[in-house]
Amino acid sequence: MLELVVISTLNGILFGMLLFLMASGLTVIFSMLGVLNFAHASFYMLGAFFGFQVSRWFGFWPALLIAPLLAGIIGAGVERFGLRRVHRNGHVAELLFTFGLAFAIEEVVQIIWGKSPVDFRVPASLDFPAFTIFSTNYPAYKMFMLLVSIGIFLALLLVLKRTRVGMIVQAALTHPHMVGHLGHNVGRIFMMVFGVGTALAAVAGVIAGPALVTQSNMAGLLGPILFVVVVVGGLGSLPGAFIASLLIGLVQTFAVSMNGSLSEVFGPMHPPGWPISGTSLSRRSRRSCPMCCWC
Amino acid sequence: MSDITARAAPPPPTAADNLKFYGLWAAVAIFLLVLPKVFGSGGALTTFSLIGISIIFALSYNILLGQTGMLSFGHAVYYGLGGFLVIHAINIIGGNKWAIPLPLVPLIGGLTGLAFAILLGWVSTQRSGTAFAMISLGVAELVASSALILRTFFGGEAGISANRTKLLSVFGWNFGPQIQIYYLVAAWTLICMIAMYALTRTPLGRMCNAVRDNPERVQFVGYDPHVVRYIAFCFSGFFAGIAGSLAAINFEIANSAYLGAVQSGTVLFAAYIGGIGFFIGPIVGAIFVTLLSLGLSDLTHVWQLYFGLFFIVVVMYAPGGITGLLMMHRPLIRGGTLGRVLPSYLVALVPTLALMIGLMLGIESIVHYTMNPMEDPNVKAFGIPFNAANPVTWAVALVLIVGGFSIARMTWKRAAVAWDEALTTARAKELAA
Amino acid sequence: MMSDVKPNAIEIRDVQKSFGITKVIRDLNLKVAQGERHALIGPNGAGKSTTFNLISGYMSPTSGEVLMRGERIDSLAPYQINRRGLSRSFQVTNVFANMTVWENLRCAVLWATGHKYAFWKSVDNLPEVRERTAQILEDISLTSRRDIPAGLLTYAEQRALEIGITIAGGADVILLDEPTAGMSHAETERAVDLIRRLTVGKTLLIVEHDMSVVFGLADRISVLVYGHIIASGTPEEIRNSPKVKEAYLGEEAA
Repeated sequence: MLELVVISTLNGILFGMLLFLMASGLTVIFSMLGVLNFAHASFYMLGAFFGFQVSRWFGFWPALLIAPLLAGIIGAGVERFGLRRVHRNGHVAELLFTFGLAFAIEEVVQIIWGKSPVDFRVPASLDFPAFTIFSTNYPAYKMFMLLVSIGIFLALLLVLKRTRVGMIVQAALTHPHMVGHLGHNVGRIFMMVFGVGTALAAVAGVIAGPALVTQSNMAGLLGPILFVVVVVGGLGSLPGAFIASLLIGLVQTFAVSMNGSLSEVFGPMHPPGWPISGTSLSRRSRRSCPMCCWC
Repeated sequence: MSDITARAAPPPPTAADNLKFYGLWAAVAIFLLVLPKVFGSGGALTTFSLIGISIIFALSYNILLGQTGMLSFGHAVYYGLGGFLVIHAINIIGGNKWAIPLPLVPLIGGLTGLAFAILLGWVSTQRSGTAFAMISLGVAELVASSALILRTFFGGEAGISANRTKLLSVFGWNFGPQIQIYYLVAAWTLICMIAMYALTRTPLGRMCNAVRDNPERVQFVGYDPHVVRYIAFCFSGFFAGIAGSLAAINFEIANSAYLGAVQSGTVLFAAYIGGIGFFIGPIVGAIFVTLLSLGLSDLTHVWQLYFGLFFIVVVMYAPGGITGLLMMHRPLIRGGTLGRVLPSYLVALVPTLALMIGLMLGIESIVHYTMNPMEDPNVKAFGIPFNAANPVTWAVALVLIVGGFSIARMTWKRAAVAWDEALTTARAKELAA
Repeated sequence: MMSDVKPNAIEIRDVQKSFGITKVIRDLNLKVAQGERHALIGPNGAGKSTTFNLISGYMSPTSGEVLMRGERIDSLAPYQINRRGLSRSFQVTNVFANMTVWENLRCAVLWATGHKYAFWKSVDNLPEVRERTAQILEDISLTSRRDIPAGLLTYAEQRALEIGITIAGGADVILLDEPTAGMSHAETERAVDLIRRLTVGKTLLIVEHDMSVVFGLADRISVLVYGHIIASGTPEEIRNSPKVKEAYLGEEAA
């Protein structure tokens, strides 16, 4: 039992950090641009698939760098050429644009990579047990994921609190109009924020890809959980998003690992297809859960 | 009527106006009656039935979006719940041989949708805008997950089926043949259209528009925006339930897809593409989207991608939808200047078509490579045969896309200028008259 | 012997309002008698719009009480306060831009004529609604613009419509927030005439910068500086008050 708790806590924190990588971008984009990016989970998915493809050609480590960069560039382009144009048509149009984008991205991914999961493997250099807890081997790759997430989180914190750009972003979080009045190139800031936000989501995708199932329905499965995180954390609050990510990461992990009555209580937070209480996790339903390799 | 009212108020509708108005509805009714005589095949009748259901659903959606400004991502909940309850109702009524004929059954679906809207609506409508959209999404997720858990009611993945012919027959009709289903759907479509139109002419309907435009101001004329939204939400759920029940009757089955994200997305597409700013917008959109999804799926494997891209284009360049685009030209028709813009439209159409063909070539070639690489590269998409492996095809596609896009931009700008001029001329004519 | 003195139309008692640590309204005390025309003046940023927001229920005070005709309204929602007979206009024109002038005014009349959330009658068949809407339309002299969408009106016309919507519901306590802002001299005169005609017998609280309007309309004037009323009295008293001169001119009157 204790073993289950410890492992689940580790997994939960890990999942929470991944969620935060995505939720941070989403909440900053919402505060600054006023639009809830429906396609945010799609960039997570793009990160995973780009990571898969690039790692096939050049190896995992280049993929770690290239995939988020690609996704971020696409994100910046989406803001510059799409969102900015739609902005003048109102909030509803912006939301619908990101909704259509999410739909289109899923279709494109399905066309290029198919509907089945792709074989995105943990790189050989990280494929060993890091340590052993109570007779379970905890994989080194997961520790790597944790380290990368925490590293990026610290870097973000540094940028926000210590650099000029970070200060402008913080200001624009609560007073976007004022930032424009102060003479900053708001358009460029928006583009950068959108690009960085989506790149962060893509990083989460690249590192999560080998551990989770990389499949064209990833975005659809993770999207609702992401929205729950952002809502619980308070739209527009970074510290709130952090706490909410960890909270929901832990709750989801514990709920899944303790299959049974808990999965009924947290029904809505489960991806569809999750079995009802009492039955053990079947292979098939496992694959539909974004966290299937967590347990 | 006092002098002031006689002078200042808009004149009451004349006999001619009334004739036009009621005449229009009568014409619609006659059209619906006569339609199957012209297109009588089974496939056509099914298509018409689907269009009718889609019209009711899209109109119910627009009560939320177009009229009250609430963007919902989970409207299929009320559609689906209506459908499920009706399937169960048909089974129960048929099993117990109660004297309830099939034409009355959609009302049960409507009341189901209404009941759930009453239940879930107060909390849902607390906020509008983005918050409402997210809540609607959350509720939809909740219900969709429950659908797979509560197997007795929702029938799991296979759904629940019923036999609609077991009910009390009406004038010898047992509603087995598609033609009878068509008339059932057509009748309900007409009733719902009239009802929803009438709703827009009531005090509630007017205040819905006010809440959409300026919820703050609405408070200062004595209305609680939350209550207005809630009532609109309930009506929307009622009509969605009717649509869902007609679908259940038509297919004789209800399954979790009725409640799903795809269904919610489709009605959103239909209403928006048709145009949310006008009452007939969702009607146009429903017809368009239904025909498109039925027709496109025969022409290409990846029709959903084209669908999504089309939706994005509409959001970006034509946020008023098809109806919005058409209505833009009303002042031009009145002022007689429509002829001035048509040539520039035709000119702009050419590069646009080139762009579309180039995109289609490109997409279908990529599809060939990723989905069917072993098959013959001589592909036929949209009825046009081409060789997907030939680099010439790719080069042509690239040229068409790049060239088409740049030239299209220029020509559409010219067309916009022409439209502006035509509008100004038309307005001047109106003022002078 | 007189019966109980009529309670003040509006009374603000020791109201404080802070946004975070910024104290915007300090120890605000204001009394507006029923039927009185009261002007609220003061330098920019003094808190005049905030005061209006506090009275009309758009914000609630951090502490203190707001009363209307002797009853507390500081915890009520704006629509509840409106139904008790208070109506306000906005500094930035706040009309229903997509509706015609006629429809705008009609919306303002619907609740007051008792139709509320009715969904079983056609809005075109309500004679009382037509009469009242027509009356207001004539009063604000926008009859010729009746079928124009409000968003397409000229600025002065929009301000007139704004006033029309404010009084259409028949409220007897009217708050006008800078109704003549941005108007030419001629337009201002017409607006003042309109306001005077339409608020006969009602209580009027008006925020204004144009001193000719203030002194022409008001029975009493209050001066708001840094969230606090520094002087309150008849136009003569205010005109001669050294405190007011100091606040506006920044130096002691010699």
